[in-house]
Amino acid sequence: MFRFLFGRLGLLIPTFFGVTLVAFSFIRLLPGDPLDLLAGERGISPERKAQLLEQMGFDQPLWRQYIDYIAGIFQGDLGTSFASKKPVLDEFMTLFPATAELALCAIILAVCLGIPAGIYAAVKRGSIADQAVMGTALIGYSMPIFWWGLLLIILFSGILQWTPVSGRISLLYFFPQPTGFMLIDSLLSGEKGAFLSAVRHLILPSIVLATIPLAVIARQTRSAMLEVLGEDYVRTARAKGLPPRSVIGLHALRNALIPVVTTIGLQVGVLLAGAILTETIFSWPGIGKWLVDSISRRDYFVVQGGLLMIAGIIMLVNLIVDVLYGLINPRIRYN
Amino acid sequence: MNFQKTLKATLLGASLAVIAATGASAKTLVYCSEGSPEGFDTALYTAGTTFDASSKPVYNRLVEFKRGTTEVLPGLAESWDVSEDGLEYTFNLRKGVKFHTTSFFTPTRDFNADDVVFSFERQLKKDNPWHEYTPGAAWEYFNGMSMPDLIKEIVKVDDYTVKFVLNRPEAPMIANLAMDFASILSAEYADQLEAAGTKEQLNQEPVGTGPFAFVGYQKDAVIRYEAFADYWNGKQPVDNLVFAITPDAAVRLQKLKAGECHVMPYPAPADVADIRDDSNLTLMEQQGLNVGYLAYNTKVAPFDKAEVRKALNHAINKQAILDAVFQGSGQAAKNPIPPTMWSYNDAIEDDDYNPDLAKEMLEAAGVSDLSMKIWAMPVQRPYNPNARRMAEVIQADFAKVGVNVEIVSYEWGEYLSRSKEVDRDGAVLLGWTGDNGDPDNFLAVLLGCDGVGGSNRAQWCDENFEALIQKAKTVTDKAERTKLYEEAQVVFKEQAPWATIAHSVVFMPMSSKVTGYVMDPLGGHWFDGVDIAE
Repeated sequence: MFRFLFGRLGLLIPTFFGVTLVAFSFIRLLPGDPLDLLAGERGISPERKAQLLEQMGFDQPLWRQYIDYIAGIFQGDLGTSFASKKPVLDEFMTLFPATAELALCAIILAVCLGIPAGIYAAVKRGSIADQAVMGTALIGYSMPIFWWGLLLIILFSGILQWTPVSGRISLLYFFPQPTGFMLIDSLLSGEKGAFLSAVRHLILPSIVLATIPLAVIARQTRSAMLEVLGEDYVRTARAKGLPPRSVIGLHALRNALIPVVTTIGLQVGVLLAGAILTETIFSWPGIGKWLVDSISRRDYFVVQGGLLMIAGIIMLVNLIVDVLYGLINPRIRYN
Repeated sequence: MNFQKTLKATLLGASLAVIAATGASAKTLVYCSEGSPEGFDTALYTAGTTFDASSKPVYNRLVEFKRGTTEVLPGLAESWDVSEDGLEYTFNLRKGVKFHTTSFFTPTRDFNADDVVFSFERQLKKDNPWHEYTPGAAWEYFNGMSMPDLIKEIVKVDDYTVKFVLNRPEAPMIANLAMDFASILSAEYADQLEAAGTKEQLNQEPVGTGPFAFVGYQKDAVIRYEAFADYWNGKQPVDNLVFAITPDAAVRLQKLKAGECHVMPYPAPADVADIRDDSNLTLMEQQGLNVGYLAYNTKVAPFDKAEVRKALNHAINKQAILDAVFQGSGQAAKNPIPPTMWSYNDAIEDDDYNPDLAKEMLEAAGVSDLSMKIWAMPVQRPYNPNARRMAEVIQADFAKVGVNVEIVSYEWGEYLSRSKEVDRDGAVLLGWTGDNGDPDNFLAVLLGCDGVGGSNRAQWCDENFEALIQKAKTVTDKAERTKLYEEAQVVFKEQAPWATIAHSVVFMPMSSKVTGYVMDPLGGHWFDGVDIAE
């Protein structure tokens, strides 16, 4: 097991350097530079521009800038944002809990609904129920997040007034947020109604962000279940007279879950990508919108640092999935 | 250490806000702002969103724009004198003005000349300990307004008198000092931060003399202020001001309709009619202090001939552009300055839409089979909501007079940079929003000889025009300046370095309970004097 784990960890090193290189070069390959954007229509004189480039260290050759960037990473310094003048790592740590909270709620929702829906569709294969579940999943998968989010806001917040329009908590509440997770902080605050307000604010964004992963998980579960349900050992279990619930729940599902777990792991990337739009619509102060704004401002250090941190999280989640995969299926870790 | 300080400050701020929020008569005005401020030290930035959250609620300036106008009134300076040669501006400061007492700073003295000297010298002097106090401190507005070349020195005459000595006479100087970058900060607060080794806090936790004191900022989510009880111009009608950051225009409108905020900026043009019909909402509108234009490159043939430029101007159907691009929220432009600005020359007649005349004029100028490029901006701006569409309308108009147009575009930063090149190929769609309400801020910046290769996208340097605007800079008498600028506009119209396209209208939806809101012609959002009806 340790050999397996070290092998996986060893793979992270080249991946890490690959990510730093991509993040570093990606933003610099885009046309336009931060100073032209900062000056806007007024423009900036070539002398002033050269002076500022020197001040920011962008007059150095690219290889030198890259080495400085890598050296900074090993000292825990991801640079400073041009816009806010704050360290990138501080900004990331401030905003990441909001994205993590939303993504966690979305993935829990997607798993809790997606797996049972997939199982149900597989068991009722070919029925109207199966068609309905898979049809809904296809619609969910194809739904543009922006449009879907606005539609839900107009219906549930505008017309029915069941949920708040946007934000993380009612403006009435203002308390310290030591963890950054609003559900936890609202409980810690001890303020009456704060937790409920945080939950109500989470409902719509979680549904919107969960829609695509839910559809993917449901479809993956269905196809994995169908494959497993056709296996000899399932037929044997049935022939032995085991009740259908045991056949599906104990024998089929455990094996069907192997590809589903991989799919769930891969959905983390999808969630973070979806968070960009979801956060914009629901005014959710997370890293998605922060990164998009930084790209349009050419805020080099934020883009580099933000991408690196996100890639790091995805790598970590994938590592956990690999380990889980090994736990579920011993053949994998011994190979 | 920093975290502990922040937590302590937040806790204190929180208790204040909770007290205010739970008080029986506490009134909270919620503004659904369109974006996050980059920071709170106004002079470091150039974006209106940042100014709305920093300089407008928190700070004052020596002079202020009268609400809803570009007229300059006394602010922290009660009065001022200008020397006869126009080189010395002496300001007599207001006494008894308090700085905000917050959870992170308790002032021990009132506002005085030290604060004025501190606020400007940090931007002016490279050896000032605050000049590079935070990474990338560029003081871009101060530099953009040429203040380092203009200001020779700032002298504290006594505690309540400050003198600005200039290198050359500059009539718009007073208007410049009403701009956001000229906000006055507390030198005492800065000293305290310097002693504690936390200079960067100046950009994160602002202290000013303005109508609202900063309470706290949750990044990208909420900014909280409370009305400053000791404000020198009287306490505000509301107790708290909250900025709920809501980037999407459609969501802002939903929040406004749901009563989650009272005021919102920048509605989507498609929603304007819906807002107008909603009895719970009020829609204010005002002509923006802006102009959208098509700048020919007057250094490149055949656009170096005024008659060719004039002919093309006759070929543009501005009404079609207003209908297709502005959808009722624009007004045709005939001058390079907007009609709301003083010295606007209304006697000038616009080049009417006349394709036949345009054809004749082109033939007379010896131009046939002309092919040209039109640059369309890739972004939406207040003066041009859809440059690509605008370029397409002009392309169709020019085709009618035998001019073949190719539309080109670049990424925004690249567009701004390349369009400055003197040998640029093609006419550029661009525009300008005024900074200080002075005509010099349009005419000199956009059409002056100094701007060639820079902000003067027409690369136009006309002797007569330049003489007029340079003279207007040195004259302090407004009537005389008005005459000079009116003449300059006549020269502009004859020479036609641009096709002036439109001035846009700015909309501001709010709850019908909101009273006292006044729209700012300079595009800012001010909440002093605003109340909410019970």
